[in-house]
Amino acid sequence: MNWIRLLALIIKELLAAFRDPRARLALILPPVLQFFLFAFAATLEISNVPIGVLNHDWGTASTQLMARFERASAFSEIRRYGSVAEAQVAIDRQDVMVVVQIGQDFSRTLAAGETAKIQVLLDGRKSNGAQIVNGYVSSIVTRFAIDYKLGTAMTQASEIVERSWYNPNRDYRSAMIPTLIGSLTMASVLMIVGMSVARERELGTFEQLLVSPLQPFEILIGKAVPGLIVGMGQGILIALITVLAFGISLTGSALVLVVGLVVFLLAVIGVGLFISSLVSNQQQAMMGIMVFMMPAMMLSGFTSPVQNMPAWLQPIAMANPLVHMIVILRGVFLRDMPFSLVAERLWPMALIAVVTLSAAAWLFQRRTQ
Amino acid sequence: MSTQGRAGARWRRIRALVIKEARQLIRDPSSLVVGFVLPVLLLLLFGFGISFDATRVKVGLVIEAPSPDTAWFFASLSNTPFFEVHQTTDRRVFYDDLAAGRLNGLIALSGDFTERLARGDSAGVQVITDGSDPNTANLISGYVLGAWNSWIQQRALTAGQTTAAFITIEPRFWYNPELESRRFLVPGSIALILMMIGALLTALVVSREWERGTIEALLATPVGTVEFIIGKLVPNFLLGLCAMAVCILAALFVFHIPLRGSLIALIAFTSVFLIVALGIGLLISTVARTQFLASQIALLLAFLPGLYFSGFLFEVASMPAALRAFSAIVPAKYFVRGLQTIFLVGDVASVLVPCTLALLAMGAILFALTARNTRQRLD
Amino acid sequence: MTATWHVSASQGLAAMADPTTLVTIDALTKSFRTDGLPALSELTTSIKAGQVTGLVGPDGAGKTTLMRLMAGLMLPSAGRIEVCGFDTVTEAAAVHEVIGYMPQRFGLYEDLSVIENLTLYADLRGVVGQQRAETFDKLLVFTDLERFQPRLAGALSGGMKQKLGLACAMLKSPRLLLLDEPSVGVDPISRRELWKMVYTLIGEGVGVVWSTAYLDEAENCAEVIVLNEARALFQGDPKVMTASVVGRVFQVRGAIGDKRALLVAALKRPEVIDGVMQGATVRLVIGNDQTLPSKADLGAVEGSEVVSATPRFEDAFVAMLGGQPKRRLLLETRPQSTDNQSLPVTAKSLTKCFGSFTAADNISFDIKRGEIFGLLGPNGAGKSTVFKMMCGLLRLTSGSALVDGLDLMKSPSAARARLGYMAQKFSLYGDLSVSQNLDFFAGAYGLSGQKKRDAIKRVVAAFDLASQLQVNAGGLPLGFKQRLALSCAIMHEPPVLFLDEPTSGVDPLTRREFWSFINAMVARGITVMVTTHFMDEAEYCDRVALIYRGKNIAIGTPEELQNMVRTAELPHPTLEDAFIGLVHQHDGALT
Repeated sequence: MNWIRLLALIIKELLAAFRDPRARLALILPPVLQFFLFAFAATLEISNVPIGVLNHDWGTASTQLMARFERASAFSEIRRYGSVAEAQVAIDRQDVMVVVQIGQDFSRTLAAGETAKIQVLLDGRKSNGAQIVNGYVSSIVTRFAIDYKLGTAMTQASEIVERSWYNPNRDYRSAMIPTLIGSLTMASVLMIVGMSVARERELGTFEQLLVSPLQPFEILIGKAVPGLIVGMGQGILIALITVLAFGISLTGSALVLVVGLVVFLLAVIGVGLFISSLVSNQQQAMMGIMVFMMPAMMLSGFTSPVQNMPAWLQPIAMANPLVHMIVILRGVFLRDMPFSLVAERLWPMALIAVVTLSAAAWLFQRRTQ
Repeated sequence: MSTQGRAGARWRRIRALVIKEARQLIRDPSSLVVGFVLPVLLLLLFGFGISFDATRVKVGLVIEAPSPDTAWFFASLSNTPFFEVHQTTDRRVFYDDLAAGRLNGLIALSGDFTERLARGDSAGVQVITDGSDPNTANLISGYVLGAWNSWIQQRALTAGQTTAAFITIEPRFWYNPELESRRFLVPGSIALILMMIGALLTALVVSREWERGTIEALLATPVGTVEFIIGKLVPNFLLGLCAMAVCILAALFVFHIPLRGSLIALIAFTSVFLIVALGIGLLISTVARTQFLASQIALLLAFLPGLYFSGFLFEVASMPAALRAFSAIVPAKYFVRGLQTIFLVGDVASVLVPCTLALLAMGAILFALTARNTRQRLD
Repeated sequence: MTATWHVSASQGLAAMADPTTLVTIDALTKSFRTDGLPALSELTTSIKAGQVTGLVGPDGAGKTTLMRLMAGLMLPSAGRIEVCGFDTVTEAAAVHEVIGYMPQRFGLYEDLSVIENLTLYADLRGVVGQQRAETFDKLLVFTDLERFQPRLAGALSGGMKQKLGLACAMLKSPRLLLLDEPSVGVDPISRRELWKMVYTLIGEGVGVVWSTAYLDEAENCAEVIVLNEARALFQGDPKVMTASVVGRVFQVRGAIGDKRALLVAALKRPEVIDGVMQGATVRLVIGNDQTLPSKADLGAVEGSEVVSATPRFEDAFVAMLGGQPKRRLLLETRPQSTDNQSLPVTAKSLTKCFGSFTAADNISFDIKRGEIFGLLGPNGAGKSTVFKMMCGLLRLTSGSALVDGLDLMKSPSAARARLGYMAQKFSLYGDLSVSQNLDFFAGAYGLSGQKKRDAIKRVVAAFDLASQLQVNAGGLPLGFKQRLALSCAIMHEPPVLFLDEPTSGVDPLTRREFWSFINAMVARGITVMVTTHFMDEAEYCDRVALIYRGKNIAIGTPEELQNMVRTAELPHPTLEDAFIGLVHQHDGALT
């Protein structure tokens, strides 16, 4: 290997990635936009939603229960409906996700010391949100029932003490933002690495490279290193923003984070180079990147957990480097993951890197001869 | 030339352009990717890959002092479809599993659980969830609460007690009682697929003519702007309808999603959305002269807003006010709302009419902008 | 061939009423940016029916802009154009009914077949029914594309694409046919066939506008409009323009010794305004009212003779632009070995098979030190396959390729370090500045530290790049791009230089400048291999090999090739005649 040639190539690749205004835009705009989307829009949280009430009871118990709903932070306002038909229209039109129905003998039954019934009507079109809202309603009602039974003068001991570890407020942003170190760097690195050979083929500069004394594997390394540099830079930048701007502290070791990032990026670069050596123009490269990236992002566990996937899909998900990286990222940021557990996720990524890089090298050698 | 002859010539031109476009669509690999591969991929991803159905949540049950009551509670937890329950007496055993992500949460029954229960006191149940996955944590909370309430009730009934002032909660999940997330994810993915075909493919096929220089020869013939646009729209519209048919068939027969509304309403409503998507594609094509640029803009302007702001995946109501306001101009939002309603509820006019009107208004604006910006010349 | 074209009665009458003028252009100006220089400036001219009007000028002179303006595809910034009596701004639709237009890349849908392309344009132009059947029959015979109907347009050769493009433009017998650079990327044989087709058309009263950067094509036109830097330099009969240099053109022939040294010496004389190599001879043009310097002053040796030559359009064109720029080349390359007997480039039985198709069949040649060697051949004949094998871009099926004694297959990296390569289209990094490009290529050839700084300094000085160092390579004027490409190719001082159609589509002045660089390097012992199908480039070669259907069908000096086709009917064959004649001879021998 000739270091002078390699260095010249790496410098050129970095310059090329940032001097072309189009490439620069494709490199900078999507990550910035995605960062804000992920940070503020990618949430499954339910807060600030209106709650519907269908109350036929005029007793004190129901009034007190209403007051509890009103105070709850999850709900923005109470909308009262007069009949089931009215409530159904409201749910159909998605004005409210939930209507709590209280029968006319609610207060009387409770006062008589008997079991009262509350019906909760939920919009099943959004099954996830509906279940969460149902959880909110149940815990408010349960708390109310206990307090009612024990009388407000007594200690407000609740039956279930609930705590969340690693992210006590179950804050979406804390869970989401660290994963951007994986997903955004993946997008950028795939763009840089996946497009670079195709762009050179299109511009006709690729032959110019091939007739220089640069050897195919040197060209391959020259294409890989800038991806690693940009990916590392971007990853560390996002990590800093996560810690400094969003106040999400890094509970684990920064060194482990960096090691994980390097292995992850190598795997992604392998995929990028593989796409690159397969396609002949930028348009095809773009398509190839999309066909890989969409499933990789969706099946990474950032929106819905990998364990919810059907059994046949789970082994396939293991071939996605982002799945492992997201576990590592949430681990080192939120739960102080020990290195032994990180290692369980490092070796699959290393394996992916070895396989994709050698496949790319083989294909590249074949296509340049 | 007579008016009739002129109209005849115009139809012939449009027909020729449509045939040409259809041939190219079938022969170009990138059209195939956008028109066939990506839709199938998206449908599979949203049908199988993404699921909020936490049906086998792994929880650890810590029983510090076993008793018939604790065994009974364990059995009742295990009987629900939500949990895969592991049991131990020492909670520290589970701490590592929680840290490694092998457990999603743990439920601890205190040493005096049985005594407190007998006294009718609060029983000392502790739930610890893994907050690094907030959604699953929220679901576990709800499930545990529900399981606990029903167990207490059952226990009281068995014991012949009438517990004082107890409230039972009876949740009824309308339209999706099985609580399958697939039922709202698949209609949502149809929106993304149609957006992809409408916007991305249309923008690509127009910019391709610029990139390859074929537009120059075309513009020098008697073809007018309107004819050119119709020539591009018709094949993509038909392809969109085909994609829609595939999606609907897959939704009904592969993913077993009920269709409670009418097929006619479904097709009509989807066609309206398709027109909006095509409008976005055409508008992009008036700006983008290369396929690369066109695909970038289409992804940023059509796909990402559809994914984030249509409300099928993420909760728009919980977003900051500015983003909520932005979601009002995302066509996919109206489409997803209407589509979920047609599939799961029925032909509800109070939902469909406003959504259709909103989409039509957007379509009108998009086509007006396209007509204004389309140039019949090269400069 | 007797072809009759449908000319409707009304069109026929109009043509008769005004037989001469089809297009009137009045004070036409077109600027793309308000602040920038105009692409066309105050052009006033007219185009007549029944003849070919050549639109001649270097790249960027405004030829394509004028074509698009005439086709109503662009709006003039000032002035107006009338085509067949219709204004291109207000009556563009009517203009589109009467013109045929073939844009630069032929406007074909490459993923549609030949017949699908034709059907599409027939529908768009309203050619239907019986008329369509007749037109198709005639055009398919005319263009000789009958056999290829089901083939995708993208799979056609350059010449066939061009014929198909022409057929599509001619479907509805246009009154005005606009052809934008139809000869780019087309070999001499196809070019001749195209001209034949165009002459058939003008016989039927069609007006043809043919734009080209190749000045030899101007001689085929009845009238030319010579564009340069947005202005018309000359309008009218090209013979009139050519006549302006009558008596000022000379050829030095015979035993002239070192022709390159002679050219350099001759150009040092102020009287000589232009000089080019023409095979073994040197062609010189002297300034107006100047007399030819003596043989001794020209540096011609004893035994050579200076004779008056028939002027060509190109001579007049260069003279009109004030002659060839005379700059001194400061290039100091490491003097190469003067041993003329060593063979820096050797091809031994090169063979390349793609599946069952043999792209190159047993091709052998040697190139001597300090020689310019040309690989000639029609498109798709296998010359670029041979070229790629010689660069190490393609693996050989059998045979061997040696550069400076090193086998390209056995030690590719070392062998490639001994050669400089310049690709056909400008292929440096357009988004990188000139100095970043130089840095990269110096590094890619393993130069570093002081060596690298020296190499860059040397080429910057030699090619006058100092003023452009910070400019993005993509934004350079064509001449500078050429210099930069050459700089990058020779920075590591290779003994061998490979050029792939280095000056195709380049204006005559830039081409002369480029070849003066090459000649200077050859004088210092560098060996050059060129692949081309342009005779202008072939004229600079000492020896050429003619590649056809994967075989080397002739090899020798340009004169030797010309002698092979010399007959009584053709006593003074040009190199193009030789090219076409030898290809036909080979075809004849096969059948």
